[in-house]
Amino acid sequence: MSSQEIPEEKYLPSEQGDAHHGGVAVADDPFADPGLPVHKPRIQDIDERAARRSERTVAFLFTLSMLATIGFIASYVIFPVDKIVYIFPIGKVSALNFSLGMTLGTALFCIGAGAVHWARTLMSDVEVAAERHEIAAPPEVKAQVLQDFADGARESGIGRRPLIRNTMIGALAMLPLSAVVIMRDLGPLPEDKLRKTIWAKGKLLINDNTDEPLRPEDVLVGSLTFARPEGLDEHAHDFQTQIAKAALMIVRIQPDDIKDKQELAWSHDGIVAYSKICTHVGCPISLYEQQTHHVLCPCHQSTFDLSDGARVIFGPAGHALPQLRIGVNDEGFLEALGDFEEPVGPAFWERG
Amino acid sequence: MKKLSARRRHPLAAVVVLLFALAATGGLYAAFAPAGKAQADETAQSLAIEEGKKLYAVGCASCHGTGGQGSSDGPSLVGVGSAAVDFQVSTGRMPAQQPGAQVPKKPAIYSQEQIDQLAAYIASLGAGPITPTGKQYDPAGADIANGGVLFRNNCAQCHNFTGEGGALTNGKYAPNLEDVSPKHIYEAMLTGPQNMPSFPDSTMPEKQKKDIIAYLQNVNGEKSTSPGGLKLGGLGPVSEGLFGWIFGLGALIAVAVWVAAHTAKAKKS
Repeated sequence: MSSQEIPEEKYLPSEQGDAHHGGVAVADDPFADPGLPVHKPRIQDIDERAARRSERTVAFLFTLSMLATIGFIASYVIFPVDKIVYIFPIGKVSALNFSLGMTLGTALFCIGAGAVHWARTLMSDVEVAAERHEIAAPPEVKAQVLQDFADGARESGIGRRPLIRNTMIGALAMLPLSAVVIMRDLGPLPEDKLRKTIWAKGKLLINDNTDEPLRPEDVLVGSLTFARPEGLDEHAHDFQTQIAKAALMIVRIQPDDIKDKQELAWSHDGIVAYSKICTHVGCPISLYEQQTHHVLCPCHQSTFDLSDGARVIFGPAGHALPQLRIGVNDEGFLEALGDFEEPVGPAFWERG
Repeated sequence: MKKLSARRRHPLAAVVVLLFALAATGGLYAAFAPAGKAQADETAQSLAIEEGKKLYAVGCASCHGTGGQGSSDGPSLVGVGSAAVDFQVSTGRMPAQQPGAQVPKKPAIYSQEQIDQLAAYIASLGAGPITPTGKQYDPAGADIANGGVLFRNNCAQCHNFTGEGGALTNGKYAPNLEDVSPKHIYEAMLTGPQNMPSFPDSTMPEKQKKDIIAYLQNVNGEKSTSPGGLKLGGLGPVSEGLFGWIFGLGALIAVAVWVAAHTAKAKKS
């Protein structure tokens, strides 16, 4: 049952290694274990003065580390946060950041360097072989374990009482179901949140820069404007959730240059409003080239042609950018004529 | 007074009176006739247009057409305005050296006076954005924090968070804004050079443009600082991570190899 029964000598680093020292007649057996090489002393092992020197070096490194730590604390106290100094060749840097980094780096490096130097020059460097013991257990141990198992099974009577055995299996199999049911509490179901944004008929397009509603004459050909829906308060608790879906980019294209009929019909006099969320993995996308009308996504280089229904012309995106139908209300402001017709952002399982 | 009246019959008295009268007449004329100055300005303006037209015919017409109507080699310049001309010519982008994905910045080949003449001529072809005055683009006193918000919302997608620039499609790129003067930044926002969209005053008012210029000068100008040091081009976490993996880990591995390769034995074997 226990390893005590096995002769101890087998596990210890044996003296065999030493027997090999001094070389083996290779000619007899070319694959013979050459054993460990002859131990050679270091200068510190022979010369006491050299050992002292090494000792002093290690102590010096550790002392330097202590001084650097004191320097760290001193820098923290001395330098104000906004003090800027010029340091060649890095440039104008914060004195506090620079001194904290240098002192902490020195403190850590000196501990490491000191420890390495100590280990290499002063600690014992005699090679020690710790041989592995055999993985397989001895036959008597194996027999004992199997016997114990059989005894246990017989004494518990599991083979003779199938009712207990079966109900136990049933109980254990059912138990994880409670964990599965509790998972329902991980969060509300998404419902139609992935399909809907807060854009709705009559909502004005608010300029992100000025917080004023946009008029068609504000948007010039070749310009780029970002808009959000009217009534979306920046301090509302769900602002991020809503703007992440409702963000809009507005450009104006000469109506003659718009190739897609639906795009033209959903625009107002060449002003087109597209979702700013890439349909690949949802990065905000607005690298608009005003001459080609291409929009590039900075994350994975998906490219959309805004003059052709925001068709994907390059990259991994699977869908065209959703377009928002816009018009002009009685007061001459741009307004949405409804929500996006398709889900914005990346595709999801049920999107189809 | 006595002294003056005593000399009123002096032979030169008439001359002195005449001089006074002439000076008074001239002064009054100058004071009450500002129309003449405007006239002179208009003449200077039409002179500039004439000079600009000559420069245009030599330097620009081969691509943009003899009347600025554009050709297969260059876009129409009708309605681009003097601001666009000032930006393109004084940053050396125009005249272009060769066609390509994007015309790069290079030393300007026209003097400011010639650029103003060219701009006057192009502006006379059709109304467009006017070259801004120093008061319009001077960032002194602007709101740097608001400029940062505006820059990240409108500009950072292409020009990176601190205006370091970035790549676009098919060889096009958003240039680094480090050495760009406030005037040129203002003109670029106003006119949208090459593939950059414009940000007209109707959607981004003059004050906001100033804020953006102030932000750029703060983070990417001559006087801007880099508190952390070694900003590695300011390109963001990807370049910083790459630097850490290659040089940071590389240095650790090199030190480990060096430590292991140097024996501490007294006799080298």
